[in-house]
Amino acid sequence: MDALDVARWQFGVTTVYHFLFVPLTIGLGPLVATFQTLWHRTGNPRYLRLTHFYGKLFLINFAMGVVTGIVQEFQFGMNWSDYSRYVGDVFGAPLAMEALLAFFLESTFLGLWIFGWKKLPRRIHLATIWTAALGSVLSMFFILAANSWMQNPVGYRMNPDTGRPELTDIWAVLTNKVALITFPHTLAAAFMVAGALLVAVSIWHVARRPGQDTAEHRFALRFGAWVTLVATAAIVFTGDIQGKIMTEVQPMKMAAAEALYRTEAPASFSAFTIGTLDGSREVFAIKLPYLLSFLATGNPTASVQGIDDLQTQYAAQYGPGNYAPIVPVTYWSFRVMVGLGIAAGAIALLVLWSQRRGRTPSNRWLVRAGLVLPLLPLGASTAGWLFTEMGRQPWIVFGELLTRNGVSRSVSLTEVLTSFLAFTLIYALLAVIEGRLLFRYARAGLPPDEPEPDESAGDEDVPALAGAY
Amino acid sequence: MDLTTFWFGAIAFLFVGYFVLEGFDFGVGVLMRTFGRDDAERRLLLGTIGPVWDGNEVWLITGAGAMFAAFPHWYATVFSGFYLPMLLILLALIVRGVAIEFRGKRADRAWRGRWDLAILVGSVLPALLWGLVFANIVRGVPLAADHDYAGGLVDLLNPFALLGAAAFGAVFVLHGAVFVALKTTGEVRDRANALAARFGPVAVALLLGFLAWMLGDVRRDPVAVALGIGAAVAAVAALVANRRRREGWAFAGTAAAIGLTVIALFTALYPAVLPSTTDPAGTLTVANAAASPYPLKVMTVVAGVFLPLVLLYQGWTYWVFRRRLSVTR
Repeated sequence: MDALDVARWQFGVTTVYHFLFVPLTIGLGPLVATFQTLWHRTGNPRYLRLTHFYGKLFLINFAMGVVTGIVQEFQFGMNWSDYSRYVGDVFGAPLAMEALLAFFLESTFLGLWIFGWKKLPRRIHLATIWTAALGSVLSMFFILAANSWMQNPVGYRMNPDTGRPELTDIWAVLTNKVALITFPHTLAAAFMVAGALLVAVSIWHVARRPGQDTAEHRFALRFGAWVTLVATAAIVFTGDIQGKIMTEVQPMKMAAAEALYRTEAPASFSAFTIGTLDGSREVFAIKLPYLLSFLATGNPTASVQGIDDLQTQYAAQYGPGNYAPIVPVTYWSFRVMVGLGIAAGAIALLVLWSQRRGRTPSNRWLVRAGLVLPLLPLGASTAGWLFTEMGRQPWIVFGELLTRNGVSRSVSLTEVLTSFLAFTLIYALLAVIEGRLLFRYARAGLPPDEPEPDESAGDEDVPALAGAY
Repeated sequence: MDLTTFWFGAIAFLFVGYFVLEGFDFGVGVLMRTFGRDDAERRLLLGTIGPVWDGNEVWLITGAGAMFAAFPHWYATVFSGFYLPMLLILLALIVRGVAIEFRGKRADRAWRGRWDLAILVGSVLPALLWGLVFANIVRGVPLAADHDYAGGLVDLLNPFALLGAAAFGAVFVLHGAVFVALKTTGEVRDRANALAARFGPVAVALLLGFLAWMLGDVRRDPVAVALGIGAAVAAVAALVANRRRREGWAFAGTAAAIGLTVIALFTALYPAVLPSTTDPAGTLTVANAAASPYPLKVMTVVAGVFLPLVLLYQGWTYWVFRRRLSVTR
């Protein structure tokens, strides 16, 4: 074990953890804003109570997303200083734009929303939550543009004197085709998570605690299931396009997604494989003919390049070395992502069906599935990130910089290990606290009718209002 | 003025914003348990920074992001070189941010007591550590010829940097006390005013000591000296205003003292961004740490459009929440 391994583990752990909170922030913001808009339009207090209730869950989660996000920004410099030196010219700009355009918007307007219930005119107050939500969505765009540059570097030239890339076209970086498709894909994932949260919370109230505020919870349940379902459709649609772009810009990643070693035409897709331990030879597989060719190119009989051929090609292009990612990881993370995502959509559909014409979901298994529903898109998102980042290895910037050359040379193993352990421990502790708090508030149910929240009121004294401290 | 100098100035501006704004909310965090004798008072104190503290913290995110974009080598060396202070700052900001949001979410006393402690620790640590970091930046650290940090933790704990830590910490506490006096009524306001009067001279003495050492010994620069004198005058004026219970002026004084100190520090540093105390070839300057001209141009346009907008809507937030808060029981 050396500092490089620990730095990689730390990046993986802190990023996966950060992204458990981010999708809920990004997805739930617009949903809470929708409830408040419905209240604004109809005057029906039902929607105001839903706004306060889900607003509270949103804020508990938001805090975690913010504080774990600061770690991400510092981490590039702390553990990956050679990477930072190398890419700063290109990568720094979207990062700085994210802070300047998105984070200021998000945090300032959220502060106005939380504390402004009585201070701002209703219409302006409604605008603050939408503005904060817009900030969150923008931040996702900029960070994905930065990440997409690592997957598919564009808009730069290599400076022969420094050996480093220099930005030549910011527009090319922001309209990188990988960024343009990854953004809606990730946004859809965020809505899946948020919709699934609505389903889980409201199905609990509808099916397990019937009687109290059933009409409100039934509305949230239907709304959440619809959001999840539509988002699933969007994620399948965007994922399909994304796969084709990936085949074009990172063929090795597509080959590794299927563990396709030899180039095939037509190529089949395996739903399940048992292979040898190193993943290089299959023992048993369920195969769907033509499917990989179709996913990769849109043409069911087209040729899909295999890992071995790409390895030969890259070794000739970049010099000797191993240019394949860890294939079992990419193979399974891809399947977990697709499988969990589709399962979440299917459950959402069943939940909707179970509510048809005023019925109440009663099937025990469906209720159970609804209760754990948020875990599915969260698991799918995690798997998706593992796939896209592990699938890029050994590169940190595809075709330009190897991950092992990006690590901080001046940072010792002891230092990285200290920070890795510190973050892991504190993150684990906070996960428990935040999880219990979310459960507590989710279970408590909707706040009483009116009174408007008061900023100076302690939350527990006036239960579950969207007021603050 | 070339773009690298402009961006050096822009980053100085962002850190001025960060320390002037988050400075008082660090101070409020440190003093919450002292000023707030019961839960209602502590909620009141948190309420004074509630709508703004998160936005204040974005000044740091933007400052660091701008360092990354405009001076990648500066960003890379500072964050990897000051590893353990940065780690502690991160851990403190994590705990603090969560504590502020979670404290009020349960009525139970033990729960709130634990988060109160977390807010205290999470506010003290970064207040001190930013002083340590910036004092070391202006003083210089051991750097190798390739600009990588070549020292250890001990090199960061020199007397000048420790004085910097004490001065930043103390001034933020004073700034916080003055802010509380400005934003509250009744007993809490009186307590804040009294504490600022008693503790203020200590904080200002530490600041003056730091300024004198920095400008008289570490980096001599006539413009920086003038700015440093301005900072000292503002700090003393803040104490006088606080004695006369002119709270708005006192707050303007501490804010100006912090702002001018940071500007003096950056001015004294220029054109270096991180001097090397060992190999002179290791010194990072606005020239050798900078990104290429094109991204600097892009960032200039973006900042030119959006920074005024940020100032506008953050200013509006402070206007919306301009009223003093009083305890509701």
